[in-house]
Amino acid sequence: MDYQKYMNTRIQSVQPSGIRKFFDIANEMKDVISLSIGEPDFQTPWHIRDEGIRSLTKGKTWYSPNRGFADLLNEITKYYERRFGITYSPTKQTLVTVGGSEAIDLVLRVLVDEGDEVIIPQPSFVCYHPLTVMSGGVPVVINTKNEDNFRLRADDLRAAITDKTKLLVLPFPNNPTGAIMERHDLEEIAKVCIEKDILVLSDEIYSELTYGVRDHVSIASIDGMYERTVVINGFSKSYAMTGWRLGYALGPAEIIGQMTKLHQYGIMSAPTTAQYAAIEALRNGDRDVNRMRDEYDMRRRLVVDAFNDMGLTCFEPLGAFYVFPCIKSTGLSSDEFCTRLIMEKHVAVVPGNAFGESGNGFVRVSYSYSLKHLKIALERIREFLEELHHGN
Amino acid sequence: MNKLLQLIRKNANFTTAELSAMLGEPEKLIKEKLHEYHQKGIIKGYQAVVNWEEVDDSYVEALIELKVTPKKETGFDEMAQMCMAFEEVESVYLMAGVYDFALIVRGETMQDIAMFVAKKLSTIDGVLSTGTHFIMRRYKDRGMNLFDAENQTDERSLIL
Ligand SMILES: Cc1ncc(COP(=O)(O)O)c(C=O)c1O
Repeated sequence: MDYQKYMNTRIQSVQPSGIRKFFDIANEMKDVISLSIGEPDFQTPWHIRDEGIRSLTKGKTWYSPNRGFADLLNEITKYYERRFGITYSPTKQTLVTVGGSEAIDLVLRVLVDEGDEVIIPQPSFVCYHPLTVMSGGVPVVINTKNEDNFRLRADDLRAAITDKTKLLVLPFPNNPTGAIMERHDLEEIAKVCIEKDILVLSDEIYSELTYGVRDHVSIASIDGMYERTVVINGFSKSYAMTGWRLGYALGPAEIIGQMTKLHQYGIMSAPTTAQYAAIEALRNGDRDVNRMRDEYDMRRRLVVDAFNDMGLTCFEPLGAFYVFPCIKSTGLSSDEFCTRLIMEKHVAVVPGNAFGESGNGFVRVSYSYSLKHLKIALERIREFLEELHHGN
Repeated sequence: MNKLLQLIRKNANFTTAELSAMLGEPEKLIKEKLHEYHQKGIIKGYQAVVNWEEVDDSYVEALIELKVTPKKETGFDEMAQMCMAFEEVESVYLMAGVYDFALIVRGETMQDIAMFVAKKLSTIDGVLSTGTHFIMRRYKDRGMNLFDAENQTDERSLIL
């Protein structure tokens, strides 16, 4: 049968993720030292797991309300208030979802009409572009630059806006670059958004992972932005809870209301056990977050220092758990670099262009690995570069 | 600089350059601190955590409980020093609880250890009683998992 003719043309037009190709090579090799994974290496802290288990022991195995359990909604809004100074109504402006991923999909589907333009800064997480296409929108890419520390610049935003623009995706702290946006950067962006009347999807999934003195700032806390921002966050990165599949959206009641409707029909409700665990995470998890952040920070410094020392210049990433060294000095493309590195030294990193064309010339290195593992991997990369140098 | 001690307590293998990068302190300061810690006896030495089960060279260890009568003048210290003097004794801890000292004793065979306890330890003046517990298997030692390689393989999937 020719299945193609049965299948939705829009879905077929979407390319599979570029990260996959390297994963397939990596999977075939036995002794690969990977620096390619984008989730915490920590296990979920025990007291959080324990609350999940306790809920099961008590037989809490039913659906939750569509929006999520009231206790969790309350804890989420309290958390946003205490951490980022933004107040949301737990009953009207909050929705618990299956990971930040579902929330991103919902925002795009709820806001985007056929032909609407959605601005996506790249390099960035791979889902925004295809999900925009699937909601009938037109992705408009802005390439952030190394010399701007991969921050989004207001000028570039302004230049990308047309009268079809509806939404800006703001993916900071950023996967894959580790870039963050500080308050003054956001204020410039906010001005443009207000002036041009566009909405913002702020993906703040890495909001707990910023380093140095700089705390994450949400664009929703900037004057005039609260009413035009939907914030996405979740438990995956901050509490090392990727497998629990739990995230949330916060925003204007009307938008959250439409998202809830879609969520109700498509998903019904987020996983019950995970919600019980997440309540514990928000109530008693600050220490764990700090402990993991400190550990990431140490790794981050080690890895940045090593790359700079090897001559692969690397701007200082202040967020998430990735570094994004420039590999242009090797004369190789990102794909060539990654392919040769994995074939010759069995080290897996992800080509920067998997996150958008502007990532070419860079590679994403995850430091969500033990210091011991990182040291071995860095040593092998160093050898690779030395051999490359002598071979050429 | 407690962070420095915490780091090398877990892994003594870092170079001073790496420690300097991780802690965001100049390498010179790290070197000075390490030197100072050695001088003051804060760092006593470095040892490898060996999983002897993987090595043919087998040996046996036991935890020995000791009940003693403390000496009038020197309390438990003199007793501890007498225990420490034996090469077979790896560790000596003063305990709170039903007995006074816990010793880790090492020998080639169980018989060795049994003889050591009977002949050397229990005959020390002031030792009231001993209890010997042989260590059968080490699952975790000094924070390291010696048991299952499984727990140490990366189970994370490559997804996006
Ligand atoms: C930037 C970004 N947003 C969202 C997600 C989705 O996370 P989750 O669905 O686990 O909450 C990820 C995961 O890698 C991410 O990197």
